Amino acid sequence: MSEKVLMKGNEALSEAAIRAGCRHFFGYPITPSSEILEYLAFRLPQIGGTFLQSESEVAAINMVYGAAAAGARVMTASSSPGVSLMQEGISYAAAAELPCLVVNVTRASPGLGRIPPAQSDYWQATRGGGHGDYHLIVLAPFSVQEMADLTILAFDLADKYRNPAMILADGMLGQMMEPLEWGNQPQDPPVKEWSVSRTESRDRRLILAAPISDEGLLELNCHLVEKYARAREDEQRWQSYLVDDAETIVVAYGTAARISAEAIESLRKKGHRAGLIRPISLWPFPAKAFAGIETTAGSCLVVEMSSGQMVDDVRLAVNGRIPVRGMGLGGGWIPTPEMVEEEILKS
Amino acid sequence: MSTTNVERVLFERPQSLVALPFPYCPGCSHGIINRLVAEVVDSLGISERVVGVTSIGCSVRCWKHFTYDMVQAAHGRAPAVATGLRRVMPDRIIFTYQGDGDLAAIGTAEALHSAARGERITIFFVNNAIYGATGGQMAPTTLLGQKTSSSPYGRDPVAAGFPIRVAELLATLPAPGYIARVGVFDAANVNRARRAVQRAFEVQMEGKGFSLVEFLASCPTNLKMDPVKANEWVQKELQQYFPLGQFKSPEE
Amino acid sequence: MLEQVLIAGFGGQGVLFIGQLLAYAGLKEGLEVLWLPSYGPEMRGGTANCISIISTDKIWSPIVPRPKSLIAMNWPSLDKFEPKVVPDGVLVANSSLIERDIQRHDLRAYAVPASGVAQDLGNVRVSNMVALGAYVGATGVVSSEAVLSSLIKMLGDRKASLVDVNASAFRRGYEMTVGSRGQSNKVDIH
Repeated sequence: MSEKVLMKGNEALSEAAIRAGCRHFFGYPITPSSEILEYLAFRLPQIGGTFLQSESEVAAINMVYGAAAAGARVMTASSSPGVSLMQEGISYAAAAELPCLVVNVTRASPGLGRIPPAQSDYWQATRGGGHGDYHLIVLAPFSVQEMADLTILAFDLADKYRNPAMILADGMLGQMMEPLEWGNQPQDPPVKEWSVSRTESRDRRLILAAPISDEGLLELNCHLVEKYARAREDEQRWQSYLVDDAETIVVAYGTAARISAEAIESLRKKGHRAGLIRPISLWPFPAKAFAGIETTAGSCLVVEMSSGQMVDDVRLAVNGRIPVRGMGLGGGWIPTPEMVEEEILKS
Repeated sequence: MSTTNVERVLFERPQSLVALPFPYCPGCSHGIINRLVAEVVDSLGISERVVGVTSIGCSVRCWKHFTYDMVQAAHGRAPAVATGLRRVMPDRIIFTYQGDGDLAAIGTAEALHSAARGERITIFFVNNAIYGATGGQMAPTTLLGQKTSSSPYGRDPVAAGFPIRVAELLATLPAPGYIARVGVFDAANVNRARRAVQRAFEVQMEGKGFSLVEFLASCPTNLKMDPVKANEWVQKELQQYFPLGQFKSPEE
Repeated sequence: MLEQVLIAGFGGQGVLFIGQLLAYAGLKEGLEVLWLPSYGPEMRGGTANCISIISTDKIWSPIVPRPKSLIAMNWPSLDKFEPKVVPDGVLVANSSLIERDIQRHDLRAYAVPASGVAQDLGNVRVSNMVALGAYVGATGVVSSEAVLSSLIKMLGDRKASLVDVNASAFRRGYEMTVGSRGQSNKVDIH
């Protein structure tokens, strides 16, 4: 076990990317994600990497696309409006099967919005976000430790599935300082035989976002369906906390999960049996976490810092076995533990 | 290649072109420009080092015809994709191949900023003053008064502004190493164009930064002219607004 | 033990710095810690505030609607946050910049002339350390040794020359309140 260090979430994420072998960052400043860009602007040149502040988020994601085509571990980071600008490029990366990491340190929206933390980009993140039938692998940290750990995991999963991955955080997780322990140095990134990097004479390689024919496009989609089915089977991640005997199961991720856990702890002390299912992978959604919950639980309460987005996935996972209610609002609303307690007691 | 009983091969398919008929319309300049790029890559002996980035428009198809590694970019984003490739692979020779809508409309920012950074890439910019793939709409380089399917009364500067001279515009920046505009409407100009392509690659290989060659090209299908007339139109009308020449070179 | 202290003042008064310093000191003591700034465009010149949480148990919520303690470095911060402190909480107010009495009678309150003391020490910018010293003296949430060794670490080599004046400021504040630790009355310090 190494020594614990205090770090901000955004810095922990950035340093973790370096540990994961990411040496290339392209991005455009936007609060509250800019610390990632600033940290990497400072760190990457020290270790022979490249940092480039692009002219826009549109350019940034396409630079990421190029670097990924060259076989590098590469990332960008932005916040909600900037991530919207990247959607075309993300769709292309999904089509061309280019692994990369997009970090969304979400802010309250729609439109320009304001910078308080929010979870209102859940739909955009988990439904693909751009045009076409595709998914990102989406991981949602809830602590500074996970800002680091899930970043390393996101790079690994992106490479494993040849697919873009996303870290969906918020400004609170980005700005927060907590103790962090670095685990063992991750393994080196894999060599990407499909990329256009070249060390020896070989046949030409093509990185195409549009297949050669109509049949080719169907083939690509069939392949993606098969790939996503594998990810759905193997990559569901979640944390169950005090659910075994829980009458009410709260479902929340990220910052909302921290607040909900506090409410659950407080209620437990008062003799109320509440528990928490915390999705860590938002896509694939951890439907497996809900197997058999109806044996003890009477209802689910989904707590979100949005007007109700993940509640859709919880309803699909629960499939009518017990009632599912949502609690949440977009626009920068943050529940207090007391508010969550009150809502749980209404069950 | 089948050979007849000639003593010397005067003309053959460049090695870095795939043995595949070009898909372009009769009289389209893309075939000539694709071929020029391939010829120069062959003569410089760099085909194993080259990575091409294609764009959206008629030019999207060129990936099928080059024997090098090719990466397909979203509309207008080829210079950004090339930048990403460049930053990971410093020893490769990287070019983009873009039309006028791709480079001078939707992708203006990426083209301008890659030039401003002096990104060590080469852009081949095909300016035929009209949109080809989507069926003859107005381009950012469409001439004043020119009728297109989206400027049926002729391009009116009050409503649609003036055509953009990309080569001159980018030449105002300090970083680019080489910028030239060439024609491919007759043999002498094709030869000059070939030299410009070569110079553009050399500037990149010598580490002298960004290079761009703008080709005045013809699109008979959408100009609704036969190939000869279309070529004449490029030479007379288009060239008048877009003068040929070298706008920037490392020697200056 | 669960301590939640809200630290508020003008941007530039070093409120974020002492919040982080407290978190470092807590970590040094083997405690769970969390530090969260209110972030945003108010980074320069406006109001700045942060919350530091120090606990023997796992810290869940970063959201603290009603803090257990408040360090108010200026008048607007006192106006804004004084009503929010939980009853029996601790309040340290920078009386050099606040020309009014503390209104709450259910708090352990300290009016500390932090800016004045800092000025006496020759550097008004260490008023934050005077206030932090007073707070640590009053609560004992961490040891002064943990604060001082964390201070050296935080300032690093580049700002090592500032350690002494910061440490002196901290000690001055600490000594003002440590004698009253555990008392429940309002204390004015002049």
